[in-house]
Amino acid sequence: MSPMPSADSPVPHVEKITVMQALNRAMRDALRHDETVHVLGEDVGTLGGVFRVTDGLTKEFGERCFDTPLAESGIMGFAIGMAMGGLRPIVEMQFDAFAYPAFEQITSHVAKMRNRTKGQVHLPMVIRIPYGGGIGGVEHHCDSSESYYTHTPGLTVVAPSNPADAYHLLRAAIASPDPVIVMEPKRLYWSKAEVDLSRPRPGIGKAAIVREGKDATIIAYGQSVPVALEAAEVAKREGRDLQVVDLRSLVPFDDATVMAAVASTGRAVVVAEAQGFSSFSSEVAARIGERCFHSLAAPVRRVTGFDIPYPPPKLEKHYLVSVDRILDAVDSLQWEDQ
Amino acid sequence: MNCRQTSPNPDGTLMTPRQPRTAPTRAAEPPAERPAYDLADAHLLPTPEPIQLVTPEGSPVADPRLPMPDTDTLVRAHDLMVQGRRFNDQAHALVRQGRLAVYPSSHGQEACQVAAAMVLEDQDWLFPTYRDTVAAMVKGVDPVQILLLLAGDWHAGYDPYAHCCAPTATPLATQLVHAAGVGYAARVKGERTVVVAMCGDGATSEGDFHEALNFAAVFKAPVIFLVQNNEFAISVPLSRQTAAPSLAAKAIGYGMPGKRVDGNDVAALLAVLGEAVDRARAGEGPTLVEAHTYRMQAHTNADDATRYRSSEAVKEWEPRDPILRSQAHLLSLGAIDDEHATALTQRVEEMAAEMRLGMSAERELDPTVLFDHVFATPTPQLREQRAQLLDELAREEAAK
Ligand SMILES: Cc1ncc(C[n+]2csc(CCOP(=O)(O)OP(=O)(O)O)c2C)c(N)n1
Ligand SMILES: [Mg+2]
Repeated sequence: MSPMPSADSPVPHVEKITVMQALNRAMRDALRHDETVHVLGEDVGTLGGVFRVTDGLTKEFGERCFDTPLAESGIMGFAIGMAMGGLRPIVEMQFDAFAYPAFEQITSHVAKMRNRTKGQVHLPMVIRIPYGGGIGGVEHHCDSSESYYTHTPGLTVVAPSNPADAYHLLRAAIASPDPVIVMEPKRLYWSKAEVDLSRPRPGIGKAAIVREGKDATIIAYGQSVPVALEAAEVAKREGRDLQVVDLRSLVPFDDATVMAAVASTGRAVVVAEAQGFSSFSSEVAARIGERCFHSLAAPVRRVTGFDIPYPPPKLEKHYLVSVDRILDAVDSLQWEDQ
Repeated sequence: MNCRQTSPNPDGTLMTPRQPRTAPTRAAEPPAERPAYDLADAHLLPTPEPIQLVTPEGSPVADPRLPMPDTDTLVRAHDLMVQGRRFNDQAHALVRQGRLAVYPSSHGQEACQVAAAMVLEDQDWLFPTYRDTVAAMVKGVDPVQILLLLAGDWHAGYDPYAHCCAPTATPLATQLVHAAGVGYAARVKGERTVVVAMCGDGATSEGDFHEALNFAAVFKAPVIFLVQNNEFAISVPLSRQTAAPSLAAKAIGYGMPGKRVDGNDVAALLAVLGEAVDRARAGEGPTLVEAHTYRMQAHTNADDATRYRSSEAVKEWEPRDPILRSQAHLLSLGAIDDEHATALTQRVEEMAAEMRLGMSAERELDPTVLFDHVFATPTPQLREQRAQLLDELAREEAAK
């Protein structure tokens, strides 16, 4: 990767970059900007990460981007200590399911330290987790694990869907005084877009309307957003005008934007790759039901993965959220009196 | 048998039944007056140098501690290594042809693979990792079934009970704790089963590695932990995993013996592992074996090893190849000849052909299987979702 201009420079600069490059740039800029920032994890050093998201960071910043012993619980606990000791660690978990050995450290310590100490100790740390499937990965490499984290009070959770958000949400996560989990859409790592990183984006806690429409609202996040946008494109040809909301930030949740959007169309479909039962998407559906009841022309629908372990590569297509499944759900939104 | 029903011995003391089925007797308590640290524990420490019975050039090394395995066993091990090498290289080729999603090869580590399974009897268990496909094959699992996971058909492609071979484990070190539990269960039930549990050098850093060794030692579970130290965990060298003098040195911390062995010397591996199996079977508890070997290829075909190690480093290990070594040794003993080699080549080529055929055959995969094994009885919700998928597929079919 060639050295890139820092996005901290105010000079407008439009370029075409991938989600992976945007994440890399966010860390690079943060490392340049603040010497308390450190990156740690498995294979993040010389190799630059198995997805190359930390490519070149060790070369430029030496031991500020370093390989640890192979132990996720250890990495997480160590990072907690680094944060307590005045550093700003960015932890990379190699894959979604390999963060589970660190579950205790995340749920009992990362999430609770501020609360336990009545705000005396806070943990400015970032946990990056490549999540989700659709890449032909074998077992334990394709989980959508966000609901474990959104269910845990004290964890901020963001899920970018495009390079600009990947950059700005990660920068905001690093700057946050609280721990932030960045769910990185691994299927979109290589997807490109034209961005001007000098232009600010909405911060953590803000959703974005990424497509205007008046008939129904599709709410998605992370790697489900492009599928929702594609469904909206197909629906348009079929005569339906779908609005798409990209949540960006799961915790804090942007009730205002979501409810206003749903109220404007009167119909809502929540889309997520994760299993649906007892999930984050269920929370979104429930909130809409509670807050927009009188604006709704139909019950809120969820389009999610089935309630099964993530399938093997040859069967994953049956599990993944698809344009057809989203359109089926839209069709079921009681368009006519029966 | 209820172990609470203790009966007085003739001498008036209480006698515990010999083999309780519901709860085992505790591991023998150390005598109370035993000092906290005892130089007698030094026997738990590994040898300063890895144990070797055959030099890389194929010459036998006399070792007073361990007898050389008999020649028939060595010939069998050699043949299995050749078969294992063919398995590795065929699987590697199948990735390039798009038949497998990925393959983590044990090319160069075949001595460990073969010895790990050869020292076991049918009822003994093997707990392999993703890299231990050859060990699974030697344990008796069908080569094509082993590949089904990597081909993307299912998660574990074989029945673990059929050959007492656990599913190959990807989450590192997690299977080691299961292995300790299986060993314990066998002990509770009074079975002669022992367990070989495998992992890599990187996996020894995981908490589960420590917990598995500790549980096995506390409960005297008949488990042999075999660490294949191939010097890398993907890109991370051993120096980033431990500051201990050796991985085997960790054993003393759990109160079990630790052994260092030349991981490319199948004779030494068979002897060391065989001895550990005998100990475990005799009720003397677990052993940690560190086998010094080298990962000759990239982590998987998806990895680019040139980013973190030089090809010279790899070259240095080429003359230490385990198959070249056993071949030289057995030729010098006159135990194998050209005729043997020809017959062997034919056998392993037949296996390779079966692997190719098995992987080229279009396998009909029924997606409803996704819902069938989540619970013993599918939940009402899963039945609904299964029906939804069938309906979608029927509509897709109709639209064709
Ligand atoms: C809990 C967990 N964390 C991370 C990974 C990703 N991963 C797969 S293999 C590997 C390296 C393992 O190295 P080692 O234990 O030495 O075994 P080797 O691959 O060398 O045989 C890593 C980090 C994983 N599979 N499981
Ligand atoms: Mg290794």
